[in-house]
Amino acid sequence: MPSATYAGRQVTVNDEGFFEHPDEWTEAMAPEIATSAGIGQLGEDHWRVIKFMRAQYEQTGAGPTVRLLGRSSGVSVKELYELFPKGPAKLAAKIAGIPKPRGCI
Amino acid sequence: MTESIEKVSIIVSKGSLEGVYPALIMANGARAEGIEANLFFTFFGLDAVNKRRYEDVKVATVGNPGLHLSTLVGGLPGVSAVLTRVLEKKMDRLDIPPIPEFLQMIADTGAGLYGCKASCDLFDLTKDDLIDQVKDIITVGEFYELAAGGQIIFT
Repeated sequence: MPSATYAGRQVTVNDEGFFEHPDEWTEAMAPEIATSAGIGQLGEDHWRVIKFMRAQYEQTGAGPTVRLLGRSSGVSVKELYELFPKGPAKLAAKIAGIPKPRGCI
Repeated sequence: MTESIEKVSIIVSKGSLEGVYPALIMANGARAEGIEANLFFTFFGLDAVNKRRYEDVKVATVGNPGLHLSTLVGGLPGVSAVLTRVLEKKMDRLDIPPIPEFLQMIADTGAGLYGCKASCDLFDLTKDDLIDQVKDIITVGEFYELAAGGQIIFT
């Protein structure tokens, strides 16, 4: 299993770079993961989404869909795609250290 | 990394519920993966973006062997409406949005929605007849220009 080093700590990730153990994640790692995923500076709205992803994962065991993000995170679908152009649910899950969402919607 | 798809252009040619949803799911799914996506509505597929019809897209209960329902029964008044309602309820439980909301969501992802000029001429439709999320009515040539360099999917 590959590993990556974020904020000075080594973590286990899968082939696509998603955390194998979400409890290894800390907020301090997010900016470095974002950079490696092609996202520049994390702004307030990025963080709102990342924190929502984390909270959803802790509640349900899975990351939310883009639809749910658009409805409940306080960031609209349009803004989500501006913040994470290469796929909001996927990229935000990666930055939030949770598994890649598997839904079709 | 293996070769990846950068762009898809999806042609929607059917106006039934089972004709429209797969295209919408594929377009939305493409955007979710960071793939550029265009939807091109042609022939009866235009119903999905026709203001008068897009809230009323139904399952085809005649000529649809997948339903395992006799054509005679499928043709009875109301059967299509009832089956559509059953499917819609099930989709709602699975977090699949109704067509109007889905189209808005797909437009918000940055995907392009277009009507086919030849079909619009055929059915006497203008841009005003189509929902606001449709960017333009375009010719087949313009569609190919948009699709250039990507994959084309016909549904």
